Amino acid sequence: MTKSVEVGSKKVNLIPFSGWMVVFVLIPIALVVYYAFTGVDGFTLSNLTWIWTYRSTLWLSVWLSLLATAICLLLAYPVAYMISRASEKVQRNASLFIMLPMWMNFLVRTYAWMTILENNGLINNGLRLIFGEDFAGLNLINNHGAIILGMVYNYLPYMILPIYTALTKIDNSLIEAARDLGSGGVQIFRRIVLPLSVPGIISGITMVFIPSISTFIISKILGGGKDFLIGDLIEDYFLGNSGVVNYNIGAALSLVIMVMILIATCFMNKFDKDAKTNGGGVI
Amino acid sequence: MKTVGKIFNILIFIFLYAPIFVVVFFSFNEGSSRALFEGFSLQWYREMFEDELILSSLYYPLVIAVLSAIISTVIGTMAALGINALKGWKKSVFLSVNNIPVVNPDIVTAISMMILFVFVLSKFHGMEMGFGTLLIAHITFNSPYVVLSVLPKLRGMDANIYYAALDLGCPPLKSFLKVVIPQIMPGIVSGLIMAFTLSLDDFVISYFNSGATFQTLPITIYSMTKKPYNLKLNALSTMLFAVVLVLMLIVNLRPAAEKKKVRRTAK
Repeated sequence: MTKSVEVGSKKVNLIPFSGWMVVFVLIPIALVVYYAFTGVDGFTLSNLTWIWTYRSTLWLSVWLSLLATAICLLLAYPVAYMISRASEKVQRNASLFIMLPMWMNFLVRTYAWMTILENNGLINNGLRLIFGEDFAGLNLINNHGAIILGMVYNYLPYMILPIYTALTKIDNSLIEAARDLGSGGVQIFRRIVLPLSVPGIISGITMVFIPSISTFIISKILGGGKDFLIGDLIEDYFLGNSGVVNYNIGAALSLVIMVMILIATCFMNKFDKDAKTNGGGVI
Repeated sequence: MKTVGKIFNILIFIFLYAPIFVVVFFSFNEGSSRALFEGFSLQWYREMFEDELILSSLYYPLVIAVLSAIISTVIGTMAALGINALKGWKKSVFLSVNNIPVVNPDIVTAISMMILFVFVLSKFHGMEMGFGTLLIAHITFNSPYVVLSVLPKLRGMDANIYYAALDLGCPPLKSFLKVVIPQIMPGIVSGLIMAFTLSLDDFVISYFNSGATFQTLPITIYSMTKKPYNLKLNALSTMLFAVVLVLMLIVNLRPAAEKKKVRRTAK
């Protein structure tokens, strides 16, 4: 073991950070919990029971973000795999090109999808050129599919990049050894490549699922505002865009999201550890 | 099989770039429709530069991004030094707290700080959310990323070099500046850049913590998307995208040029 550098006093180094994190991270979260359990007359569970009236919204949020995460995984894995097998120059450029779209503001990009999908949008106008002016147009926007598309589009790079990183870390000699020992392509993928890329898959899933389940912009722009997700409810209760400001219910909803993510993270970590111990055992 | 893969890759890239193409293409539209191209013109670029709301909301986010990136780099680097020297449960407590803003959804981080600001500011009459709260919020969500990018560099460096410098009579501060800082510099720089871009691109945190009067660029964009759509937005986005593209090209071409230079001098 190497010693770690100790510069000055570690206490002094940690003071600004600790103070900052306590005041602006821990206390605010304590306030969220406090607001979630209080009302006009002090302690109450009514905020949480009130949320029960939104159970269909909560389910919809969970369902749509799970679907979006699954689609991202299915699309991202082959891309990440192919990039990781390409030459070094191609690899560098490819990851650059995957990052690049994220440099345009995501509101503008999501809005551009509206231009593409809406009834007088590019796809339907294109179809009218083919089928004639009377073509009624496909119903591509303001539905669940469009919200999922928005999620997949915005968060796909977050799935591709970690999987790609995990894949490039795989030692090529493992694959060569398996081939020498007579394994076929499918077997090599199933027994070596896939298990060793699990950490990348897991961080990809977290990086897609968390922003998807808490989004409130994508559902507004592409969902036509009729299918509110949890994020939309929180926004409404804190900023009062629909006339009611209620920090208590908003805080309770945020608490629900935090708990859901906590459970998901624990589940993922367990899965990750299992994969690591099993993977290590196989090798 | 190979061609199938190639086609799949191309489709994914088309998917990723289709909206960007649409934005850029229609920024040159002569008409005002965002889906019907009527002819080439630069009128939206001209109007964009005459729009004071856009120009003012370009200025403040830049100030916030620069300030919050610098402050959080200082806080984060110091914290990384401190955390790296810790051991056992103390270390994991600090790392877990550091991870809270990273793992929590933006909207939860945003509203939790908003509750604090509203709570505190309600005690002081006449104070409102604005520049100050926005800066605090940005430092809060930037610092953890700096910690996360500096820590691996500290872990990877050989502490003996630092102690050797001390043994050779170099004063601690000087050995820190001359030995430790150069070794962890890549981590500090990437933390700084990450903080700057996160801050510049942030919408959700700013949306909840900037108050009614103070606008950053993403908020301006959001309020513009609510009104009848204006192609100025496309012009603005295209211009910003072009700036980023040029910067990225410079950053990526520079190492290649330097390598060439080294090779030439070696000959």
